[in-house]
Amino acid sequence: MTAPAMASHDVAVLVNGTERRARVIPRMLLADLLREEWGLTGTHLGCEHGACGTCTVLLDGEPTRSCLVFAVQADGCRVDTVEGLAGNGGELHPLQAAFRARHALQCGFCTPGILMTLAAFLDRHRSPSETEVREALSGNLCRCTGYQHIVQAALDVAAATREGRAST
Amino acid sequence: MKFVGDRHLRKEDPRLLTGRGRYVADIARPGMLHAVLLRSPHAHARIHRVDATRARAHPGVVDVVTFADLGGAGRPLPIVPPHPSLRGRNFAPLAGDRARYVGEPVAAVVAESRYAAEDARELLRVEYEPVPSAQTLARGAPAVHDDIADNLAGRVVLACGDVDAALRAAPRVATLHLRVGRGGGQPMETRGLVAEWDPALGQLTVWASSQVPHQIRQFVAELLDLAPHQIRVIAPDVGGAFGAKLIVYPEDVLIPFLARRLARPVRWIEDRLEHMVAATQEREQEHEVTVGFDDAGRLLALRDRFLHDTGAYTPRGLVVPLLTASMLTGPYRIAAVEASVESRYTHRVPVTPYRGAGQPQAVFVIERVLDLVARETGIDRARVRLANLVRAEEMPWDTGMPNYRGSGHVVLDSGDLPSVLRRALDRAGYDALVAEAGAARAQGRLRGVGVACYVELTGVGPFESARVRVDAAGRITAWSGVTTQGQSLETTLAQVAADELGVTPDDVTVIAGDTGGVEHGTGSFASRAAVVGGNAIALAARDVREKARRLAAAALGCAETDLEQAGAAFADRGRPERRVTFAELAHLAGAATAGLGVEPGLESTRVFQPQDMTYASGAHVALVEVDPLSARVRILGYWICHDSGRLINPLVVEGQLQGAVALGIGSALLEEIVYDDAGQVLAGSYVDYLLPTATDVPTMVIDHLETPSPLNPLGLKGVGESGTLPVCAVLASAIEDALGPGGGRVSRMPLGPARLLDLLPPPVVK
Repeated sequence: MTAPAMASHDVAVLVNGTERRARVIPRMLLADLLREEWGLTGTHLGCEHGACGTCTVLLDGEPTRSCLVFAVQADGCRVDTVEGLAGNGGELHPLQAAFRARHALQCGFCTPGILMTLAAFLDRHRSPSETEVREALSGNLCRCTGYQHIVQAALDVAAATREGRAST
Repeated sequence: MKFVGDRHLRKEDPRLLTGRGRYVADIARPGMLHAVLLRSPHAHARIHRVDATRARAHPGVVDVVTFADLGGAGRPLPIVPPHPSLRGRNFAPLAGDRARYVGEPVAAVVAESRYAAEDARELLRVEYEPVPSAQTLARGAPAVHDDIADNLAGRVVLACGDVDAALRAAPRVATLHLRVGRGGGQPMETRGLVAEWDPALGQLTVWASSQVPHQIRQFVAELLDLAPHQIRVIAPDVGGAFGAKLIVYPEDVLIPFLARRLARPVRWIEDRLEHMVAATQEREQEHEVTVGFDDAGRLLALRDRFLHDTGAYTPRGLVVPLLTASMLTGPYRIAAVEASVESRYTHRVPVTPYRGAGQPQAVFVIERVLDLVARETGIDRARVRLANLVRAEEMPWDTGMPNYRGSGHVVLDSGDLPSVLRRALDRAGYDALVAEAGAARAQGRLRGVGVACYVELTGVGPFESARVRVDAAGRITAWSGVTTQGQSLETTLAQVAADELGVTPDDVTVIAGDTGGVEHGTGSFASRAAVVGGNAIALAARDVREKARRLAAAALGCAETDLEQAGAAFADRGRPERRVTFAELAHLAGAATAGLGVEPGLESTRVFQPQDMTYASGAHVALVEVDPLSARVRILGYWICHDSGRLINPLVVEGQLQGAVALGIGSALLEEIVYDDAGQVLAGSYVDYLLPTATDVPTMVIDHLETPSPLNPLGLKGVGESGTLPVCAVLASAIEDALGPGGGRVSRMPLGPARLLDLLPPPVVK
């Protein structure tokens, strides 16, 4: 690799509501920017070829594999990671709480990517069927749980959200 | 007992749910370097020369290391456990003059960034001389190790009774040829290490994504010529393992070697493509089975001669084939059995146990036998099983087969196998299910029901240790020699400790997987951690409570019998206003204790050494439908009854079973590491090695039977692997049923659509 091709670029990204800046080489992955430069190690890398979904973050609200996106592509974008899910006081996001209640995680490695995928899905689908939840989840691999408790947790959140809206 | 048996929510969750877990790739040390490995692209090659000139000159590169640089560390890793029939060979931290599988590490590049290290790896020039490789278990294949004839790593015969005579006497005899393919544990977190050498202290710290940190410490000490006390190995949060992190790998020694050589911290994180060719695999076997039985479907004799692919090295000796052979009879009474195995080397990734460890193959064999017997006798498959299961009143049941450790027979210690099967059948509504599937088949749909039973060897020794301490601030910490990689041991061990101490699980911090916590440890595998680790924690916590009572009585000036405990404090029942807390007692125990008749510290270190393995049991029922056009299998229903002794946490046990079944579904229908004739891996990424997704795994109905084990104080049996054991068997049974009499017989796993297409019955002409 010759020096000009490695010229660095300045990027500015709104990460979990806070603007962060970095100077990155063109080929740096968004996942590496988050993890290695900014210490946001909640986003994990499972396969680095876009197949497992572990590294999923929200890029301008869309679930995105951060191992398949260059950091420079996120310049000027909003990125949401698992570190931003819980409230400022540390109270768990309803999906996180449901995951705990249902024992929807074991080793926890794939969990951040699954939380981000499902959080975006549930924002758009208030009354999903089990089949729809499974379809939404089918791009994320989990080797520990067999998915059953994850599906239940997502359905719990959807039900609670509907009830919450009905009662207000 | 208040917390054992409770569906307690996990203590590890708040950390893991919020991105605050600490996996090995999350550990960054000041001045840390990044290592990448160059791996052999050939299944078998002589290595004449490695030219690192250009790689060394690449910007950011700090070092390139080959076998010649290893010095005293350039020798094979130890093999555990030994076996008299084993002709064992193991890998060194880097290959020397020969590479024996695609993926064997040949050189390491260390640089200031991973990007630079990977660039420089491209600049390494290795002069390989490829030579023909062994890609078959048949005799006559090229030698994997020059001094080992026929590639025979070991030949073992395990037997009971006179199988020749029993086969001659049997009213009916039938044969089966069965095959199982290769797969792997495939944790979502790959392997990885960070190592740091402190020259001033002469201290090496290693963070390893591993199931066996104490064994890493032992092997690193041996190969790097350090004393064990100079090495601390920590398994931080581990993102799944399933056996893929069970052995001590070349990298586990190499990365500490690099850290010491360079006196800088070094991180190595395996990438997924490396994992597919460098993490150990399992399951490939070929079985020739002969069974003798009578018209009532009773098993009279069983002979199984099988070949086992052990890959290029034997880091775990003969454990896998011995487990298959010793567990062949499973939950059934068979008076005459002979299991003979030849374990053969191939030029492929080494084979060591992954979830199930040889037992899924044994279950596949015996359950295929039961289905065959049912078909031949015309007896329903569930009833044939009931006729052969060991009965509750026959426990403990000596199967007569030597166990895999050679420490005695496989003796089923406890359980009620017929009840387990009946409960699974009841939950499934078996008879109605069979009738429905039959009716569907009459209409041309390929719907079928499967049933399979199993016992699982759990709670393997030799020992586990635990240390429980109350410090002067009242903090309760429990260290265990086991590791935790998703099994929820931070929670379940805290539940055990809490009950013994009279506090709550939230009061107890569990630290597992740190050689700095307990001097001796074994690790997490063989469904042993809760059984052996849990009982060790119980013994240590019990000691601490007794010591606390003694100190409290002295502090309060009363008899121990007058003490009343409320959480982490004791009071004198007669004068309840007089109380003393754990913290105060720990403070007391830190001062002059001779007069109180106790040793310093409100703590205890204990070891639990089980006298024998304890056997969990279960039965699975599955309903499937095969698509006649695509040959895709849909699992429409799945029912489990499982007996893993006394349950510490049913929620956790259910999670273990569901995950294990999902992994089994992968083994049965999706996952296979395929090699071509040159030993190249054809399924080398997640695009062609398919793990089950949420749309492949059904919702499971789970029922528990709790028969406490008599072999340990808490009555526990293991569960981690159990769910995987019968999945190939139950799906084979269900698919074969779905194909009907016009379809083929299922004799090979995994059964992906390509293989299943050949078994489909001829289309029904309407």
